[in-house]
Amino acid sequence: MNALPLLFVVVASVALADDRRSGYEFMSRSTQAMQDDDMSNPAMLWVLDGEALWKAGKPSCASCHADMKGVAARYPAVSSGRLVNLEQRINLCRTEQQLVKPYAYESKELLSLTAYIALQSRGMPIAVKDDPAVQKGKALYEQRQGQLNMSCAQCHDQQAGRHLGGSVIPQGHPTGYPIYRLEWQTLGSLERRLRNCLIGIRAEPYGYGAPEMVELELYLMSRARGMKMDAPGVRP
Amino acid sequence: MAARALLRVPQRARRGEVIEIRALISHIMETGFRHSERGASIARDIITSFRCTYNGTEIFRARFYPAIAANPFITFTTIATESGTLRFEWSGDNEFTASESAAIMVE
Amino acid sequence: MNRRIFVLSLALAPWMRTARADAMHDAMSAVLQGATPREGRVTIELPPLVENGNTVPFSVSVESPMTERDHVRSIHVFNEKNPQPNIGDFFLGPRAGRAAVSTRIRLADTQTVVALAQMSDGSWWSGSASVIVTLAACTEIN
Repeated sequence: MNALPLLFVVVASVALADDRRSGYEFMSRSTQAMQDDDMSNPAMLWVLDGEALWKAGKPSCASCHADMKGVAARYPAVSSGRLVNLEQRINLCRTEQQLVKPYAYESKELLSLTAYIALQSRGMPIAVKDDPAVQKGKALYEQRQGQLNMSCAQCHDQQAGRHLGGSVIPQGHPTGYPIYRLEWQTLGSLERRLRNCLIGIRAEPYGYGAPEMVELELYLMSRARGMKMDAPGVRP
Repeated sequence: MAARALLRVPQRARRGEVIEIRALISHIMETGFRHSERGASIARDIITSFRCTYNGTEIFRARFYPAIAANPFITFTTIATESGTLRFEWSGDNEFTASESAAIMVE
Repeated sequence: MNRRIFVLSLALAPWMRTARADAMHDAMSAVLQGATPREGRVTIELPPLVENGNTVPFSVSVESPMTERDHVRSIHVFNEKNPQPNIGDFFLGPRAGRAAVSTRIRLADTQTVVALAQMSDGSWWSGSASVIVTLAACTEIN
């Protein structure tokens, strides 16, 4: 048997690099510099608050949990039979364990806690578990919608690296969330960013915490599986 | 929650060395030029002044206008003259004040 | 007298001068109090194409020995197209070591940013930089 074709296949698959790139790599050098230094990254202001919240209340988060290493890298995940993102998981702890009111989506408190938790996954590979919901998220990602009749895939799979107006289109990997988005001049969640995208294509944005949102988040995280988290990031 | 600040000040320096200081503080820096969805003007709410003192002597001062981005960030330099305390003070609209300190050891 | 006083303002043909360029001109006059700045020694660093006009990294530096006898007293930064012409004023002195300040600014549109620096001998120097600002892709409606 001629071994040459086999050798060629082996060499080809070894040479196949992972060409997935974090949104960080699509940013200008000066925006990257904002993220690089923890004392200059505005997102770290929320981490300070998150650290304080982690230790506050009776019972506090700290009284049950040692640390949150790798946690953000595993969400969305199934908890008590339900697919939840990190924000929802925090609120489940609040209502069921701490017996307090849940934090509102995009509230300063919830953002601070998710920033503090996400920081503890920085540098770690995204490790969401496989789940049937990934396929639901994939379908949402690939479906055309809105007045512009566009799908996420069209920009972020097919046109990534090219420009939309003055902005470079990233690949859409959520490695940096929650992010300090320069456009918002504040910290925000992946869901907020997805709502921006949906409004951008003139589609009805899914509500915060909607099943479609969490399925989409799960698909994006599973598509980015293995990529290193760089949260909390800065993005344009 | 109160304003949060992050400072980058070298812990130690040689006497005469020019050191770089960075200060970042949380603040919305509402310009006063925005309008609500109903067309009502949103009042200005910015930090207007920042100063840094080194063992009590002012070594840097800045006046901020609405064109300074939210969560104001500033980098400046000073000569490390002696060990002691660098104090940072911010003030602005609506009687906003904040202050932070950092120690420096100068050899 | 050197009539190239205001790097941008007087260089504009009358038909190019907008209300905002006048506002910048007036704001600069208020600081100069009749003095004439010379172009040079002041360097502004801005990205040529800005990723988002809401938060633009900005640096200004002035060539100066920064000694007791010869130093930069203050740097005043202006913009051409924002609703308000001032950006920031920075007060230095011989203890600064270097005349270099960085911050993050808001730029409403493609425009020119001008910095005026006053030296310890009372003289004024100026520098400017132009920057392209585009709108962000995909925002919220509010």
